[in-house]
Amino acid sequence: MKRPRIMAVCGFGLGTSLVLKMTLDEVLAQHGVTAEVFCSDMDTALGQTYDLVVTSRELAQRFMDGPQPVIVVDNFLSTAEIEKNVLPAVLDLIAH
Amino acid sequence: MTNDKLILTPYLTPDLVQLNLTVGDWEAAIRAGGQLLLNAGKCTTVYVDAMVKAVHELGPYIALAPGLALAHARPEDGVLALGFSLVTLDPAIAFGSEANDPIEVMICFCAPDSESHISILEALAVRLRDLELQQRLRQAETIAEALSAFEGVADEKESP
Repeated sequence: MKRPRIMAVCGFGLGTSLVLKMTLDEVLAQHGVTAEVFCSDMDTALGQTYDLVVTSRELAQRFMDGPQPVIVVDNFLSTAEIEKNVLPAVLDLIAH
Repeated sequence: MTNDKLILTPYLTPDLVQLNLTVGDWEAAIRAGGQLLLNAGKCTTVYVDAMVKAVHELGPYIALAPGLALAHARPEDGVLALGFSLVTLDPAIAFGSEANDPIEVMICFCAPDSESHISILEALAVRLRDLELQQRLRQAETIAEALSAFEGVADEKESP
């Protein structure tokens, strides 16, 4: 996959998910990884086309039944956590 | 990112900051942050109720980092103008977040659309990533101290 679509989800798609997207974009840029990161709200998230979901522990369970992988992020400001938990999944998507 | 301070200055004003607030629960905390926005003419009471309702309906996902919460609702929920408020809680309050409780620093915002808040939220997030800044906010005794904590944080500084 050349450019995976990564969906950052929060309640309304414009606050916490935006912070998560910022941190994720920064980590991807640092590692020279190209991916499309976009925000979505809970109401429309399941109707979106995406390859990977990143969201909070509280919201993640709503995506667990879907075919795409779901990654829980606890600290949306932590580049270290995203490097450790999200980056490998993105690299995996690109490799396949 | 450049000129973060200039970006934040018009929004982080003393009337939108309340320090060491003692409240009984997360709902009262959000209402206090909302009241600051309300007093400043940034939103209506509908918006304050909507911020609370969001957590009742969707859970405490607004606790986005250890000790830090970001409360908001939708543009159509009674936003009058772009606004941000900052509240520190003493004692820290449980929002029900397994990963990030208890919350000591809470930011509320109201945005009239889905775009206009982005650059300010980015500037805030870049600063709040600095754990030293969070510590200074928690310890701030005066609003001037809290506001000055946002200055002098290197833009490129990384969190560990």
